[in-house]
Amino acid sequence: MAHDTHDIHRSRTEFEFIKKKRATEMRGQLTSFAMMIFLTLIAFTLVAADFSNYLIVPIILLLAAIQVVLQLYNFMHMSNKGHGMMAFFMFSGIFVAFTIVLTMVTIVWW
Amino acid sequence: MDLNKRYTPQTWPDHPETATLEGKNKFVGFWLLLAAETVTFASLFATYLALKDKGPSGMEFSASGLFELPLVFAMTMILLTSSLTSVYAMYHMKNHNFKAMQAWLGITVLLGLAFLGLEIYEFNHYVHLGFGFTNSAFSSAFYVLVGTHGAHVVFGLSWFIALMLRNAKRGLNMYNAPKFYLAALYWHFIDVVWVFIFTVVYLMGVIG
Repeated sequence: MAHDTHDIHRSRTEFEFIKKKRATEMRGQLTSFAMMIFLTLIAFTLVAADFSNYLIVPIILLLAAIQVVLQLYNFMHMSNKGHGMMAFFMFSGIFVAFTIVLTMVTIVWW
Repeated sequence: MDLNKRYTPQTWPDHPETATLEGKNKFVGFWLLLAAETVTFASLFATYLALKDKGPSGMEFSASGLFELPLVFAMTMILLTSSLTSVYAMYHMKNHNFKAMQAWLGITVLLGLAFLGLEIYEFNHYVHLGFGFTNSAFSSAFYVLVGTHGAHVVFGLSWFIALMLRNAKRGLNMYNAPKFYLAALYWHFIDVVWVFIFTVVYLMGVIG
């Protein structure tokens, strides 16, 4: 392979620092996971509790959207540096996705 | 650079998945794939929403009568947990701890298999009730949407297993680190899609 990466020479302090930083990040991921579980529980509880559909539908869609943001930005690291192009791809995809859903639910009838 | 070069936790780069040009290219290409997959699933969701509860007159199956929440809840929890276990695997990958990474990937695969088992049970149950693929427009749209997700789960699991076996004796290097990273991204994406499936198909289906 012609493409070189530079070998890394870390001092002991640097290495300990990075390791610690990763462990802190991992705790953040656990918090995200707890939030996802919590959001899922709210969604299922709302449906099981039999509230009005006009109340439930927007709320559970919002909860799903929040959960997806947590997945993309935390679990899939989109919040990290160097993910600008990835965000552009995903938002383009999401834009087209919305258009398709909007089209099909408003234009298609049976 | 020799892709099979040995590393230690001290010399392992911070972002091994994008440390080589090959890794960078895979990374960009893979996110492009995920964006395209978003569109694919959106069209399947749109089809499902347009055809929900639609079919020949006198059709006995509707979403509110068919779906049961306890099973879906279990599937959701299993898949969500497997998403976390693959985060753990990537945490150990970044620490260059190959054994721990393999172990967490193994747990992820087991959870994925449990999810798949429940999905097969669910589909089998519906077919026995008479809700087959050709039952109605609704049933076709449902099976294509949820089935495509299930196919992604099968593919993700095969990918994990293939990577784990192929690299079992190699350990982590610059060649396979991007592969593991992308497989984990794919697994998270499967969970992203499932979040919308349990919300749009099952929860919104049960309330009618």
